[in-house]
Order: sequence, then C-alpha cells, then structure tokens
Amino acid sequence: MSFYDETLSSLHTKIKNKEVTITELTEQSFKRIKETDDKIHAFLTLDEERALAKARELDEQEADNLFFGIPAGIKDNIVTKGLRTTCGSQLLDNFEPVHDATVMNRLNEKNVVTVGKLNMDEFAMGSSNENSGYVTARNPWNTDHVPGGSSGGSAAAVAAGQVPFTLGSDTGGSIRQPASFCGVVGLKPTYGRVSRFGLVAFASSLDQIGPITRTVEDNAYVLQQIAGHDQLDSTSANMEVADYTSALNQDISGLRIAVPKEYLGEGVDEGVKARIQEALAKLEELGASWEEVSLPNSKYAVAAYYLLASSEASANLARFDGVRYGVRKEGEDLLDLYKKSRSEGFGDEVKRRIMLGTFALSSGYYDAYYKKAQKVRTLIREDFEHVLNSFDVILGPTVPTTAFKVGENSNDPLTMYLKDILTIPVNLAGNPAISVPCGFSDGLPVGLQLIAKPFEERTLYKVAHAYERATEHTKVKPEL
Amino acid sequence: MKFETIIGLEVHSELKTNSKIFCGCSTAFGAPPNTHTCPICLGHPGVLPVLNQRAVDYAIKAAVALNCEIAEETKFDRKNYFYPDNPKAYQISQFDKPVGENGWIEIEVDGYKKRIGITRIHLEEDAGKLTHDDYDDASLVDFNRVGTPLIEIVSEPDIRTPNEAYAYLEKLKAILQYTEVSDCKMEEGSLRCDANISLRPAGQEEFGTKAELKNLNSFTNVQKGLTFEEKRQAEVLLSGGEILQETRRWNEEKKETILMRIKEGSDDYRYFPEPDLVNLYIDHEWIERVREGIPELPDARKQRYINEWNIPAYDAGVLTQTKAMADFFEESVAVGADAKQAANWLMGEVNAYLNSEGIEIEEIKMTPNGLAGMIKLIEDGTISGKIAKKVFNEMMKNGGEAKQIVEDKGLVQISDEGQLKAIVDNILDNNQQSIEDFKNGKDKAFGFLVGQAMKETKGKANPQVINKLIKEGLESR
Repeated sequence: MSFYDETLSSLHTKIKNKEVTITELTEQSFKRIKETDDKIHAFLTLDEERALAKARELDEQEADNLFFGIPAGIKDNIVTKGLRTTCGSQLLDNFEPVHDATVMNRLNEKNVVTVGKLNMDEFAMGSSNENSGYVTARNPWNTDHVPGGSSGGSAAAVAAGQVPFTLGSDTGGSIRQPASFCGVVGLKPTYGRVSRFGLVAFASSLDQIGPITRTVEDNAYVLQQIAGHDQLDSTSANMEVADYTSALNQDISGLRIAVPKEYLGEGVDEGVKARIQEALAKLEELGASWEEVSLPNSKYAVAAYYLLASSEASANLARFDGVRYGVRKEGEDLLDLYKKSRSEGFGDEVKRRIMLGTFALSSGYYDAYYKKAQKVRTLIREDFEHVLNSFDVILGPTVPTTAFKVGENSNDPLTMYLKDILTIPVNLAGNPAISVPCGFSDGLPVGLQLIAKPFEERTLYKVAHAYERATEHTKVKPEL
Repeated sequence: MKFETIIGLEVHSELKTNSKIFCGCSTAFGAPPNTHTCPICLGHPGVLPVLNQRAVDYAIKAAVALNCEIAEETKFDRKNYFYPDNPKAYQISQFDKPVGENGWIEIEVDGYKKRIGITRIHLEEDAGKLTHDDYDDASLVDFNRVGTPLIEIVSEPDIRTPNEAYAYLEKLKAILQYTEVSDCKMEEGSLRCDANISLRPAGQEEFGTKAELKNLNSFTNVQKGLTFEEKRQAEVLLSGGEILQETRRWNEEKKETILMRIKEGSDDYRYFPEPDLVNLYIDHEWIERVREGIPELPDARKQRYINEWNIPAYDAGVLTQTKAMADFFEESVAVGADAKQAANWLMGEVNAYLNSEGIEIEEIKMTPNGLAGMIKLIEDGTISGKIAKKVFNEMMKNGGEAKQIVEDKGLVQISDEGQLKAIVDNILDNNQQSIEDFKNGKDKAFGFLVGQAMKETKGKANPQVINKLIKEGLESR
C-alpha cells in the first residue's frame, strides 16, 4: 500500500472493510518515513511506540469517523502533550509540553494517530527550511532543492508519501510556499478560523494553522475538523464553520477571477508564468472568466510584514530565557544566564528578526516603523476588499519561482524575503488562500494560488477542486 | 527661598476577582508557592490570554466611582521587560487607551477641602513575587500572584503636602473598598503605592526634577517618606545642589529614603498593541449596569449621617472611613440603637479594641444587635456604664445578646432605693471620719463613700441612686 494512491475517504473505507488494520497503516507510515527520511529529513521527532500502541488500541474499536486511525504529522510549533516540541530550535530541544493545542484536541477526539513532529525553520522564520536548528529538510522532487518553509517538513512529508496529511502554520506563506515547492495542496485559513491556542507564536496577528494534503478533497476534510471558535483563543472567530465538503464537485461556470498584474510581473519565472496562464485557460474552459486587476499596495507588503512580524516576534520570543523550560546555559548571574541561553539557543535568522523587531518598537522609531507598517497593512487589506467586491477569487502564482537549491540564497536574507512577495499580502489582509499544484517547470512543481474573501474557504475549495478534477497534476509522484 | 511641594501618586490595587485576569487560576492569597498556576499564567509556549470580564467590570466600577470618563473603545498593550517575576517577559497592560481618564477625588485635610485629579486608571496583570534567600544565595519566585488583575490609578500632580497624600490614599482606599473592587490590604500587597515628589520655588510654573519613592508599605510611611524627601530636596536645593531624577527606597528602620538608582531618560518598554486580545468596546449600557452596582460612597454617607442623625462631621468621617464600620453603625441604628450612642461606642470603645487587638471590624464577635441591645439597657437604667463595659467586653470576645449576658451574669443594676439605703447607711455608720472630712469641706470624701458603695454592690448599684442616698445621708447626720 502507498499513501500516494489513497485519500482519507479511501483509507476509511479500507479500515471499515477490514482490508487494512490501523496498525498496518501506522506501520506503513513509519516504514515509508524510514525509507525516505534519510534523504528528506521531514521529521524531527517520531512517536513510534505510542503511535503503534494507540493503533493497536484503535484496532479493537469501530472506525466511527473519517479520521479514525489515520496517521498524521504535526509541525513542530504546535504543542503536543508529552511529545517533544522544539519549534525547530535548539533552545527548546528538551521541551515537552504539558498540554495539547486545540487543533490536537480536535484531531485526537477523532482518533487520529500522530506519528511525529515535523521539521521547520526555527520558530517558523524562513522560507527554505535552512533555518532549522537541526537539519535542512529536502524537496522530495529533487533533494538538492529546498522544500520551502517554514512548514517545509509538513509539505515534504506529504509529498514523500510518509503520511496522508500534516498540519502546518502560515505567517507569511509558510504553508502555501512549501506546498507549492513540494507539489501538494496547502491552505492558509482566514485569520481567526482555526484556533491558535497551542501554536507557539511567531507573529500573533498573522499566524494561522492549516492543512497540507495531497488532494483538495482531503484538505477540505481536515479544515472541517480543525476549524471553529475556541474560547481559549480570543482572536478566533465566533462564527459557524461552513460545510467545506459541500463545495467539492461543483460547477464553476460564471466564476469571476481577478488576476493582479503585480502577480505576473517582474521577477516571476517564465516557467511559472506559463503554468499559471495554462491554469487560467483551463479555468476558462470550465466556464470561468478573468480580468486583470491591480493590488497597488502589494509592493509595500514585504517591508511592512518584516516590521510587524518581527516586532511581534521580539515580544513573543522574549519568554525563551532558559529558566522555566528549554535549554538553560548557566551563567555568572541572571543577565549572563539570559544572554548565554539566548545567544546559544537561537539561530542567526531568529536573532536577526528579534533585533529588527526590538528596534522597530523602540521609542523614537515606533511611529516611523511599526505604526507606519500598520497603516500599510490597512491599505493592503483595502486593496483585497476592493478587488474581491467584484470578483470571486484572486489568482496568481504562490511563489515567483520553483524550489531553489539548498544554499543558493542562504547568504542573502533580503532576496529570500522578497520571494514571499505573493504570499505575505494575504496574511497582512487576513484572507484565506490555497496553493494547488499546477504542473512543473524544469522538473519542479509550480503552485497556483487562489485567494478569496475572509471566511470564503468554500470558494477556494470549489475552484481548486474543479481545477484538480480537470487536470492530472496531483497524480504525479516524485521518484524517491 | 520658599518651595512648593508637588506630589503625584501611583497606586496599584489588586481586584477582588476569584480568578486571574487571563486564565482560570485562583487569586486567593496565601497558598503554597506556585500552586495557583497553569501553562497560561506561566507563559508556556503556545498559550493565549482570555480576558476575565469581571476584571473589566471592576475596573469600570472603580473608574466610575473615581469620577472618570470611561473609554468607549479600549485595548491592551504589551509592556516588554526581562525580569524573573514576569514569565512572558512582557506584562499585558494598557498604554494609550486606559479604561478611565480625567477623574477626581475630594479630600478634606487640615481644615480644607480639595479635589485631587486622577489622570488615568488602567487594567493590567500583576507579576510574580521574588524572595531573596540569604542562606542559599538564591532568589525564589512564586508565580501564584502572576496574572492577578490590577488597576493602576495615577493621580495628577495636584498633591501639595504629605498630609494631602495621606488623605488622598485614605479616601481612595475607602472608595475601592466601598465599591468592593479591592480588599486594599497593604500588608498582603493588594494595595501598593509609589510616590513622585519634586519641589519648585514658590510662584514658579515649571516643575522641578522629581524623585520616585518606593517600598512605601503603609500610608503612614508614604507620609513619612514624603516628609523626609521634602526636607532632603529643600536642603539640596538651598545648598545650591541639583536634584537628580532618581528612584529612592524608604528605609523603615532608619526612617529615611535611600538612593536605589539614578534614571537617565525614561525606560523604554517598547509598548505595542497586544495581538492576542481583541479591542474592548464599553457601551453605555455596560457602564450603567456597573454604575447600578455602586453603593452609596463615603462622602454621601457622611453627609447623610450629619443630616439624619446629627452626627458631628468629624465623627461621621471616622464612621464612614470603611464600609464595614459604616454598615455596622447603620445596622445598629436599624435595630434600635440611639445613633449618637452607637457612634460614640464605635468611635471609642470599638476602635480602641480594634487597635489594641490589631484586627478589623469584620473579625469581632459583637453584632449590631448586641450593641443596640446594650445601649438600650443603659438607657433604661438596667445596667450602668461601668457594667456596660463588662457586657461589651464579653460581646466582643464571645458574641451573644446584651440582655442574656446581663441575666446570665447577674449584672442587673440595683436601683431599688430601699435595698441600697441599707447598704449606704451601713457604710456611713462605719466611716465616721469621712463624714467629718466631708463636713470640713473635703469633697474627696464623697467620692470615697460612693466608691465603697459600688464596691459593696460589686458595681451593680445605680450610681445616680447611690449619689442621691449618700447626699441625703450626709445631710441628715
């Protein structure tokens, strides 16, 4: 059996019909991880013993829901009770949370089997996984290339057929970009749709947990399970969750698509552009129409993002001092202990952003940086509102390029930051967006990004599913 | 040169909610260290704060009672600083949009009335408590207190004397206790005060450089610390010196303020809006709902006592200083005590007892009913003032009703003239010398004879009757 040939619903049918036991399914997941992870490095921690024990226990019970006994991988910045959660940082190398994130409770109540924790850029800061405090995860389509980031492990694990689905988190593109690089489906929900309780905060006003899957259908199922209001998260929306699966298998004729000229302009690879244009043609064939629009303030998004996200991060990461949890480096006095624990525990990129954020919030600079960036954020949100008043979705590439080589950009943080130009505006605006595979350029996957109005994940699934059904992109497997 | 003193006070007061401001942990005082904690108040990775609505109610209540304008839209901010008592390395506080602004308190001190402005009142979370262990050369931290809701009340620099500062704090405490927003127990840290003080030459508009006083652990120490500082700064200025912007600590043993650190510029806490909480909108109905829950405040009560019961202004002020005292007084009157008598007992005997025992009125056994019963027994002559003291002491210690105590202990006053005449006659017969002394103009002898009669009756004799009988007896001999 291979997870490439299965979906959540086909696995569920097999479990119900006793064609496969949950123990076999779990063993299959670990077998595949062991076969491929020497090359991919998707996982930081495996929970094999407990996962198999749970699988055996579940084999004694009736499979009463779609998620029953399904193996899953969790990004390592989502806290898991009693299971090491490092956030990809050496500083949290020994950290075992005492509670589960809300999304974990939602999965556990359906008896999902967590197989382990997934590699990521340290504290979700990065677009290549090269900022992992452990090892750089690799792209299953070509292991010389990065899987993207920060949820690189989450995307690579699905692309490598290690697990049927994973959870990632997206602050500036951290689900969509690796999904695009690894040729899988990744959704960043509307800000507030999924509880952040238990997601170790990078930038609280931007972070969202979302699903990474091989198919659009599976993605909709996972979101259905994890979405919803949570009393423990004041920023989670107290709104009913839509029925995402009802958006599947729908006709999209009459759909109005907006294509921002900024999304197909300078800096976008020809190969990527070509795939997006083909996708547009396919959607037209399916009855959609499109028009070119402008999101004029998008060009300020990267600058605003690095000020706002880093400002929030500078406060969010201040608690990591090695005193109450995490790795403590003894010092001569308290200040020395703080300094050593943080200097040795954090990697360069994390330090860079803490310094940037601390600076931006400093007295005398606050108005020029933080406050101004907030104003830009409002303008960007208004850009999206304006366009989505007349269109159902905004369409473009997820990333201007395909996955780059490991080491290619690692000495040039600014170039790396600019590659997130197409995903970051969406986080600043708070809208939902999905990346779906739309073909290849030079043997590496290209991702199609669709953006909808806040809480219109249904629209994204409807369009993405129609596109997926009309194409064969998700059926191609990497050779590993 | 004459100086004018400028004082501003910052008061932190813990709100009386059952649970903490951002999690469900108990706020009860005195639990073993680190037992009232959870991942949220310990700031574990991934946790989020959820605002306790009751804490907002209390903050609004305090702000309304302190005559503040209430913000329609308010929000929380992060105040960033590293310190071991602060597990998130930021405190959730309010920076530019406090719950209340532009309030005032009226004080009465040294014979004049004055309004002290309140700049702002905002909500925030308390920090943990550090204990420095001299034996182990270690510092211990107790996170039970972290996340307890606090309000910070900042006064305008309107205070001009240490006495005004004292009166301001007394009034503020009374209002917070009346509204049942805070216990205001300084010894438990539920009320804390820092003071800013500066001097300027009389007539000068511009403020002088201020010093901040810390470790002022009682209202008396606030007064003493400010008095010391007023003198110190005047001496420095008169000798041609300069006041530096410094933080000073009140040393209780030495009765002086000691330099802690000199401040260069202001601390940069890098405030920014707390992204884990949403903005808070306080509408008119919310304010009105809270306002309805505010009881009659001390000034209004004081005025009522003066008007209704003719209580002298000073006495009315003392009686209304705490809500518990005022409630006790009013309940006593409600169950039949003469208002003036009840006031006298509370201001005199009861206060003396509280002071000598070091307890609060809530802790005494005597009930308003007990006090009222005792006053009635004095009025109808059943017991003398002297016996009343015995009854009073018994009620304070063990409670009970005055009438029952008098009956059980046989303390009823003897007013029967026939019964007392026999005793008086007997005393006069046996004290010929005193009779002669009296007739020779020694008034003291009269008192001696009364004393003998009281002794004979174990204090139960009605003093008026005894006086009358001895007077008659002396005249007839």
